[in-house]
Amino acid sequence: MNKHIILVCTFLGSTALSCAQENTPKIETPENPNYTHEVVVEGIDIPWGMDFISSDDLLVTEKSGTIYRVRNRQKETVSGLPEAYVRGQGGLLDVALHPDFDNNQTIYFTISMTLTGDEGGNTALYSAVLNDLSLSEVSLLYKAEPNTKKGQHWGSRIVFDKEGHLYFSVGDRGNRDVNPQDLQRDGGKVYRLNLDGSIPADNPFVDTEGAKTAIYSYGHRNPQGIAIHPETGAIWETEHGPRGGDEINIIRPGINYGWPKITYGINYSGTTITDDKSLPGMEQPLYYWIPSIGPSGTAFSSSDRYDGWKGNLFVGSLAFEYLERLVIENNQVVKREKLLPGIGRVRNVEEGPDGYLYVGVEGKGVLKIVPKE
Amino acid sequence: MKTVVLLYSLVFSGLTVFFIQQKSLEQSLEDGAEIYQDFCVQCHLDQGQGVANAFPPLAKSDFLKNQLELSLKGVKYGMRGPIEVNGKNYDGVMVAQGLDDQEVADVMNYVLSNWGNQLERPITAAQVADIQN
Repeated sequence: MNKHIILVCTFLGSTALSCAQENTPKIETPENPNYTHEVVVEGIDIPWGMDFISSDDLLVTEKSGTIYRVRNRQKETVSGLPEAYVRGQGGLLDVALHPDFDNNQTIYFTISMTLTGDEGGNTALYSAVLNDLSLSEVSLLYKAEPNTKKGQHWGSRIVFDKEGHLYFSVGDRGNRDVNPQDLQRDGGKVYRLNLDGSIPADNPFVDTEGAKTAIYSYGHRNPQGIAIHPETGAIWETEHGPRGGDEINIIRPGINYGWPKITYGINYSGTTITDDKSLPGMEQPLYYWIPSIGPSGTAFSSSDRYDGWKGNLFVGSLAFEYLERLVIENNQVVKREKLLPGIGRVRNVEEGPDGYLYVGVEGKGVLKIVPKE
Repeated sequence: MKTVVLLYSLVFSGLTVFFIQQKSLEQSLEDGAEIYQDFCVQCHLDQGQGVANAFPPLAKSDFLKNQLELSLKGVKYGMRGPIEVNGKNYDGVMVAQGLDDQEVADVMNYVLSNWGNQLERPITAAQVADIQN
């Protein structure tokens, strides 16, 4: 019987390994998609982050170091940004409007910076005031340390809860055995700040000696997707695993998500990182992808724009170049569907104020998913 | 006196070697392997196999063999648009990774020394420095 399975695997052209380990539920591709897409803005190589001033007015970051303001599908450059340290996966990352942007015109962004200290860089969080096409009052709120010339794993996404907190992520910065499990070091963390950049008094590690008190959760590899659940308000995060083991987690205060002590993935070379998939005191992922899809950007659909998509989670795939729709029931992934197959490396997905889903695709720009009539 | 002259010439020749000689190929390959694991492996994978229809293979690559200059330029400044590699078409974007000239040389030496490619002449930082966008 085993021989037959292996034979079938070989016959289908997949390796026995991927065949044996592919995680369920198996992804489906609809034969007659009930959606199509429109181009919102073109000519952005890596549209890393975006946020909406209105449905026809959005900010989009280009990783190489530009914020574009896109009004009625025309893009213009916003000036006044600090110069990014562009290396590997680093550069200008996410952008997010202050929850009270209409009154204070404040935005936040995460960006790879050197500033002071060693050569190299690490992820920084800034706020600034947007005046039409320029930034003023550019203020550094947090800078992860130390700098390193590693190109990997900067994170980063920014989200807000309804209680006046900002959350942002920083990846392990290519130093997995040192950073993610150490509360005295940055990297491999989700952070929580007040909107003015101060540390909330009830952060989980404010009383832990030597800890970085902005830390909200730890043991992460490279979180490049965070979304607030539209009904529960919970913080849903997606992060890149190594080969296999990309994860969905629900982020809770003080929790250790285990990287690199536990993982469902292996090294790119096929060698083992750890034999442990679970350990006491470390949280299991809500879901893990094998093989790795390369998840970047995450959003929930909360509108009635699309038939049957309300409450679903959407995750961009860098590796296989599509947008994944996940149906979740009782915190279990029960269905996975491939949208926009072959569209290109999907870097980001957001729900606009008009309830449509907007997708950042590398080498293209921003697309809008529209239901077919 | 003889000792001083000997010492002087030893130090002088040592410094000359230090300043003029390029990084050894062995060191370049070692550094290149580390750079590959940091900057390239996510898309081009561990054996340079690439991903079908998305990221071109670096293993046994006819593109690297026939378009070395363009390949170096791509690693240094990024590249976009349609290319054909080993009989298959790719139309994507590779952005510049922020590597300096020596790092571009190192990683290219590593790639050309592995997976069925051929490094005919080691790439130097000076060679990469001459490549204009």
